[in-house]
This record gives sequence, C-alpha cells and structure tokens, in this order.
Amino acid sequence: MARVVVDVMLKPEILDPQGKAVHGALPRLGFDGVTDVRQGKRFELELEGEISEERLAELRKAAETLLSNPVIEDYTVRVEQQ
Amino acid sequence: MKVGVVTFPGSLDDVDARRAVTIAGGEAVAVWHGDEDLRGVDAVVLPGGFSYGDYLRCGAIARFAPVMTHVIDAANAGMPVLGICNGFQILCESHLLPGALIRNERRRFVCRDQRLRIENATTAWTSSFDPGAEVIIVLKNGEGGYVAKESALDRLEGEGRVVARYLGGNPNGSLHDIAGITNERGNVVGLMPHPEHAVDALFGPGVDGRAFFTSVLKTLATA
Repeated sequence: MARVVVDVMLKPEILDPQGKAVHGALPRLGFDGVTDVRQGKRFELELEGEISEERLAELRKAAETLLSNPVIEDYTVRVEQQ
Repeated sequence: MKVGVVTFPGSLDDVDARRAVTIAGGEAVAVWHGDEDLRGVDAVVLPGGFSYGDYLRCGAIARFAPVMTHVIDAANAGMPVLGICNGFQILCESHLLPGALIRNERRRFVCRDQRLRIENATTAWTSSFDPGAEVIIVLKNGEGGYVAKESALDRLEGEGRVVARYLGGNPNGSLHDIAGITNERGNVVGLMPHPEHAVDALFGPGVDGRAFFTSVLKTLATA
C-alpha cells in the first residue's frame, strides 16, 4: 500500500475568486495578518502494492491529463510515507 | 441537415438546443454521452448545463465521455461543432479551443439578457450575421471568465478568432471581454451566452439566437 498525493493549484497569474472570498472572510472573523489566500485541490490516491518510478510517471500523466488543467493550473505529485 | 445535440449527465439545455435547431429548419438528433458514434449527424452542439455536476472542473469529466472521442475526431476533420456555456468549457478541456473558463470575477452567478457584438461573421456558426452585428442573447453562468495566456490572446485577436464580445460592461471578468471564440478553421465555436434561449419571442429577449443555428445549416448546405 502506498499513498500518492497530488496537489493542484491555480497558476499564480490566474485570478482565484474563491481564495479572494476566503481572504475577505478571515478578518471579519478576527483572523488578522493574512495577506493573501489561494485555494487549491488535494487528491489522495491509494495504490495497491509498491510504488515504482514507472508508476509515479504514470500518475504524473494522470495529474496532467485529468486531475489538473495545465492551461490554468500547476500540480505536484509526491509519495506520502505511511 | 442533421444537427446532433449531446446529452451528458447534468446537461440542462439539450432540449432547448434541439428545439432551436428545429426552429432554424434543421433536423435535431439526440446524441447520448455514452454513444460510440455520432448517429450520422452533420454538425454537433454541446449544450449548457452542469455535466457530471461540474465535479473536478467544469467540463473536465465530460471531455472523456465516450462520445467525445468521436466529436473531437469529427471536429478535427472539419465538422461544425458549437459548445454553449458548459459546452464551451468542454471544448476548452478537450483542447479544441485554447484557454479556459474560470469562476466569475465577482463570484456571482450571472443571469441576464446580454448585449454582444458579433466580431467574426465567417465561422460555421455565425455566417448568417452581419459583421459587427449587435445582438441580445441570454447569459447565465457561474464560471464564465475566459482566460488564456497573453500569447494565445494575441493570436486569437490577430487571427480574428474572437467570435463575440460582451457589450455594456464585462459580466464575468473574461479577458478582452471575450464571449466566444473559434478555432483556426472556423468550424469549432465556443460561446458562453446561450443562443438557444433566444429563438422564440415568447421565451426570451428576442430571436437573435436563431442566426447561430441558421448559419450552420447554411454552411452545411454550401459545403
């Protein structure tokens, strides 16, 4: 068993209205000093068996094809130790 | 002329789109997302709605529906394809059109009668318009902000591939006030506003939307 985590974030130059809404809500609740908020997505992929470089490459492809839209988003793929 | 309208789980405007095709004088054909062929149609409309609940990203899952393989092949071979709203998002996810559509700048769902200028009256879906025509079409979206790289925008503008532009204020933060674009060949058009809701004077702001559907019938007749 292995877990691979894919984090997807909007590219820095792409406007993030959801992050802006969260950023606006924080000081209203008394959480001060936050200068910016960007909201992203986290995927946890549970895998059977051992993780290999080959399988990781395959998952990077999945991240690029389905989990993210490379036109507006960046992604990172990492193995989470359990 | 047969115009197929694809229904995905969560499509909303497929019936209106079929009705618009019929009003324009075409034969509307219902196509299912799981279909393995295009039922012999001459053109395809990807309608508005919330395919697959807008999960992941708008259009991201619909783009991999079985029928889309055939839509993409047909589009690349020159078949006229129109994506309306969610359909536009699917075309961008499919990379048939450049750029992407993101959440509206002001974080509100917009629903209004929208004034547009038809910037390109040479595409398969706009040839019945006068160049520069100003029309009123229903706009309703939550994620209609068109974004693309500066270089892609320059290319779209330079090649006259912006099909329609918002007038009277930008409703959703779209770059360059873009409401619709086309591919290099002019057969694939993505449009955020809904022409299928502007084909009957009783239900909508007017009948300006009809020309999108009469355009494609004319294009097919002369092809």
